Amino acid sequence: MQTLDLAQSELRAVNAALQGEGAGSNQAFTILNPRGAHALACGLDAAIDVTVDGTTGYYCGGMNKEATIRVTGSVGPGVAENMMSGRMVIEGDASQYAGATGHGGLLVIKGNASSRCGISMKGIEIVVHGNVGHMSAFMGQAGSLVVCGDAGDALGDSLYEAKLFVRGSVKSLGADCIEKEMRPEHLDHLARLLEAGECDADPASFRRYGSARKLYNFDIDNAGAY
Amino acid sequence: MCGIVGLFLKDPSLGPDLGRHLTDMLVTMSDRGPDSAGIAVYRGGDDGRVKITVQAADPDAAFAGLDAALSTETGHPVQATRTDTHLILSVPADGSDALRAAIRARPDLRLMSRGDAIEIYKEVGQPRSVADRFDLPRLAGTHGIGHTRMATESAVTTLGAHPFSTGADQCLVHNGSLSNHNDLRRRLARQGVEVETENDTEVAAAYLTHRMNEGASLGEALEAGIRDLDGFYTFVVGTKTGFGVLRDPIACKPAVLAETDQYVAFGSEYRALVSLPGIEAARVWEPEPATVYFWEH
Repeated sequence: MQTLDLAQSELRAVNAALQGEGAGSNQAFTILNPRGAHALACGLDAAIDVTVDGTTGYYCGGMNKEATIRVTGSVGPGVAENMMSGRMVIEGDASQYAGATGHGGLLVIKGNASSRCGISMKGIEIVVHGNVGHMSAFMGQAGSLVVCGDAGDALGDSLYEAKLFVRGSVKSLGADCIEKEMRPEHLDHLARLLEAGECDADPASFRRYGSARKLYNFDIDNAGAY
Repeated sequence: MCGIVGLFLKDPSLGPDLGRHLTDMLVTMSDRGPDSAGIAVYRGGDDGRVKITVQAADPDAAFAGLDAALSTETGHPVQATRTDTHLILSVPADGSDALRAAIRARPDLRLMSRGDAIEIYKEVGQPRSVADRFDLPRLAGTHGIGHTRMATESAVTTLGAHPFSTGADQCLVHNGSLSNHNDLRRRLARQGVEVETENDTEVAAAYLTHRMNEGASLGEALEAGIRDLDGFYTFVVGTKTGFGVLRDPIACKPAVLAETDQYVAFGSEYRALVSLPGIEAARVWEPEPATVYFWEH
């Protein structure tokens, strides 16, 4: 276990130490005094374990590959943006566009996530223990978003094939997003996500939402609108 | 981009440290707004006098003998306290209209604010240098709002810097850009409301002042703004006794609030708040879109 203290070291030096771990490393790090720093623990590409003790600013854990990152506080906008693989756990809240464009891996937010959570998600799996704000999973292409609380306005607007599961209320559904039947395979998938997401909610208490697939192809009846 | 900070004290014992905390917060937000900075601070306000903040491009010439000249012109005893390019003029409340008229008649003076408690200090330059010029850490008070500017809608000038004050003891700072400010400026002009600069934020400030002059509370004026102001905004507003926050319904512009028994604090980013006393135990949250938050003494 190595300890890196942002009260003693520059952000670039801390990130460089984390990014310097090569393939096959399983080194563990604790980062102290993040004090809202931006772009902390970004671009990691080894299976290292990082615990950030405190609250971060923008883009924490962006582009993560393989690493496990745990933040004991809250995170600013764009946490785990474009994550490729690995695992990120946020004990507090996340600001807007958490997990945006993520290709893979698991993002767990134990508090609430604000607007645009999972925007343009491309395979990432996101488990939010609390609520998500408006426009979440906007243009979501693949992956899953699990919301144990409530979802804000326009959930899943212009959705492609991302799978959405919400336990609480949905303020409104976005264009082309509909509620869908929860079949046994979805319950199995959701149970696995909840377990991985450190959440003991009952899968049967969720509703499933997905794309109506009406926006996939141009409809000639709409030609007049152009 | 721009940076906003705000601090509303519930515990008066923090009053002497208001300027120091706000300055730390402001300088932390330099990355978000390196071209100008400003601060509105509320202090005093119960001595029966009205304060008017004026700024001059050539302060040595404009301020020389000004208090005596204005006292003679208005027939009221005018006191002046200079800080760099700014002068706080104070007059008994019954002389405030005369003083305002006398200031407006002098083209070398720019009126920044007026009211019982408000003082505004703003200039072009890095937030650190603006804070040093006005010795902002020395300012005691009950609440204050600061802004670091990265200009998008109008020129980088002293008058284009925030906060904007368009009514007695009112001020507004803004992160974002309004898209209907020209239309709104024309509509306000038809109702006799003057907006002095080309800046979009000043139009929003004038709009809120106009609403309040018509009888709305600040909360009601902000609610009406959700309907009438088009664009992106996180606003923080100050009144003599209050402090409010409003984000537009899309809420792209960042905002973090923190509350303890001693204060309510606002920052565009969490890192602006990290030096505040007791922040580790504060309730910290992101204000909801299109929701008015307001605290009052």
